[in-house]
Amino acid sequence: MYFSRKDILDIASLSVEEITHILDTAQGMKEISLRPVKKVPTLRGKTLILFFHEASTRTKTSFDIAGKRLSADVIALAKSGSSMAKGESLLDTVKTLEAMQPDVVVMRHGTSGAARFIAGHLKCGVINAGDGRHAHPTQALLDMMTIREKKGRIAGLKVAIIGDIAHSRVARSNMEGLVKMGAEVRVAGPPTMIPKGIESYGVKAFFSVDRALEDADVVMMLRMQKERMNNVLFSTEREYAREFGLNEKRLSMAHSDAVVLHPGPMNRGVEISDAVADGPRSAILDQVENGVALRMALFYLLAGGVRNADED
Amino acid sequence: MRMKIENGHVLDPGHIDGLRDIWILDGRIEAVTEPGAYMEKADEILDAEGLFVTPGLIDMHVHLREPGQEYKETIESGCRAAVRGGFTAVCCMPNTRPVNDNAGITSWIVQQAEKAGLARVYPVAAITGGLGGQQLNEYADLKGAGAIALSDDGMPVLDGQTMRRAMEYAQAFDLFIISHCEDLSLVAGGVMNEGTVATRLGLGGIPNISEYLMVEREIGLAELTGSRVHIAHVSTRESVRAIRHAKARGVQVTAETAPHYFTLTEEAVGDYDTLAKMNPPLRSEADRQAIIEGLQDGTLDCIATDHAPHASMEKEVPFDEAPNGIIGLETSLGLSLKLVHDGFLSLADLIRLMSKNPARILGMNNDLLPGAPADLTLMDIKASWEVAPASFASLSRNTPFGGWQLTGQAVATIVGGRLVYKV
Repeated sequence: MYFSRKDILDIASLSVEEITHILDTAQGMKEISLRPVKKVPTLRGKTLILFFHEASTRTKTSFDIAGKRLSADVIALAKSGSSMAKGESLLDTVKTLEAMQPDVVVMRHGTSGAARFIAGHLKCGVINAGDGRHAHPTQALLDMMTIREKKGRIAGLKVAIIGDIAHSRVARSNMEGLVKMGAEVRVAGPPTMIPKGIESYGVKAFFSVDRALEDADVVMMLRMQKERMNNVLFSTEREYAREFGLNEKRLSMAHSDAVVLHPGPMNRGVEISDAVADGPRSAILDQVENGVALRMALFYLLAGGVRNADED
Repeated sequence: MRMKIENGHVLDPGHIDGLRDIWILDGRIEAVTEPGAYMEKADEILDAEGLFVTPGLIDMHVHLREPGQEYKETIESGCRAAVRGGFTAVCCMPNTRPVNDNAGITSWIVQQAEKAGLARVYPVAAITGGLGGQQLNEYADLKGAGAIALSDDGMPVLDGQTMRRAMEYAQAFDLFIISHCEDLSLVAGGVMNEGTVATRLGLGGIPNISEYLMVEREIGLAELTGSRVHIAHVSTRESVRAIRHAKARGVQVTAETAPHYFTLTEEAVGDYDTLAKMNPPLRSEADRQAIIEGLQDGTLDCIATDHAPHASMEKEVPFDEAPNGIIGLETSLGLSLKLVHDGFLSLADLIRLMSKNPARILGMNNDLLPGAPADLTLMDIKASWEVAPASFASLSRNTPFGGWQLTGQAVATIVGGRLVYKV
């Protein structure tokens, strides 16, 4: 397949064929990370800029490693220490970056739509590493990769996404991706965290976690956003854990082969119990591992070539 | 144990209206039959000749003061007052001391009520911690302990976002909000209705808008969130109008008023009578008329008393300093029957307002059908009696109706098949 996209901004704009192609490419990239020397020359001489306007450890590190394993030059910028901290506008910063001729810019930003904004001004590729509450396409893709690895398919699976749906870009991208790939998606959480019109994604919404979990093949827990605790979205962590958290007893409502995902970082004991997070059905560390391969695939597809890595 | 109530005029609006015998077996209704049609042997027979027998009256809004202010009322004394007034069930508000904002207090209230063994008591738990208007309480726990609804009664939830989230969060646990509608910034230290009486007495006035502005907000939030909201103690014509319009467009809003709002006006404050001090305050005659119209056309779903016991010493102070509220359990039926005697309502309408609609709002079915819990009120709607606070079962005496001559009262109350009150 010829992959012609300049940017990866969200899941909505990707076709089923493109998603499948990205996942296939990532599967091929995964092997590189298992080698004693984890580096290939594929993107030698290419420049990747990681521009993280919002704090992130795992996603930034994952992109960083992905670029380096392909031998690209990876430059990381943060808001603090950049000219933006001195009051420069996002547009001027983007123009400055453009002048340095990068091949791909990866951006995380607290404002929904920010990635699309810079993509419109940059000739190079842009990967959205999370923008506001809007989209987190690389997370959704690595989640789909993990599901496909564990279950052999996505179509026909019952997937439950549990927690703060309203504020989650991970949930939005996953809903778009999973529905597009043929899964049956249910979302659940307290009504304060289920946004109006969620059904327009083609998902079913429940206030009861137990009902969403019934016979689920995949359970995706979302992080309880402690920084939003002071806004009234629920009563106490204790009640949240009991009513909306995933523990072994509640997990037994799901299919006996169900896998558990979490985009991290986890609040253990709140949205997920230790026993589940570290249990046999947890695929949480597989997600992290797949994240590197998936991001390698995207760098390769945007900056490198058009063929699958495993066809080399 | 089988009980028979014979020769009574059974009135269950929409179902039964005529002479029937009611048979009760082990706490539940066994049969409702034509007189003499069912020939079992009864262990206990109650002659209801000349009486109306109705589904038990339910008061959705009382203050039982326990825990914390047992000198005003206890759960036991409040329940005794309730059954004397013909009520088989009451909902008690959470502004006790400590506040009923956790499962421990809720279940303690339920236990105390069971121990008293009189009226059924359904605790209403607080929306926010300590009625502080900020932190949502643990609704799952509260529901599990027996809470039937949520309210910060006595205090408005001023922050709109908090109320929105409370309505949404309550949906997960199938609870609903009872809203005390009062914009404190518009009350601004007022102590009675804003108008000529307040001006004459030199007392700070509370304008109607302090209530209906919040009624409009709750309607808007119920519409936004798809939640159900119940407006407590409606006192103004504007609130009635707002609720009427909201119902017409399908908003899930219900509302109650209290006997004093359709019986008295601000004139009752007279010469600084603290027994006429309440919140919301007694309003104007136009408001009183609008409340009656609201009861007639179904805009107001039920009559609740806001039974608010206070000790005599607390009311015997300058008007500004007196606490708000009056007791109501033992006068509610008599005052409400006045609407029937005066031709504003049929008796069936009144039973809807005092029994059927509260049950519906609370998610219960109190139809007089075989298998249903035997909660019944027997009333003599023609008996004339004088309101004598000294003989009340309530521990408090704060009523402005002392010495009033009323027509009609409860003569027997049956809860779960047990005769818990008889004249």
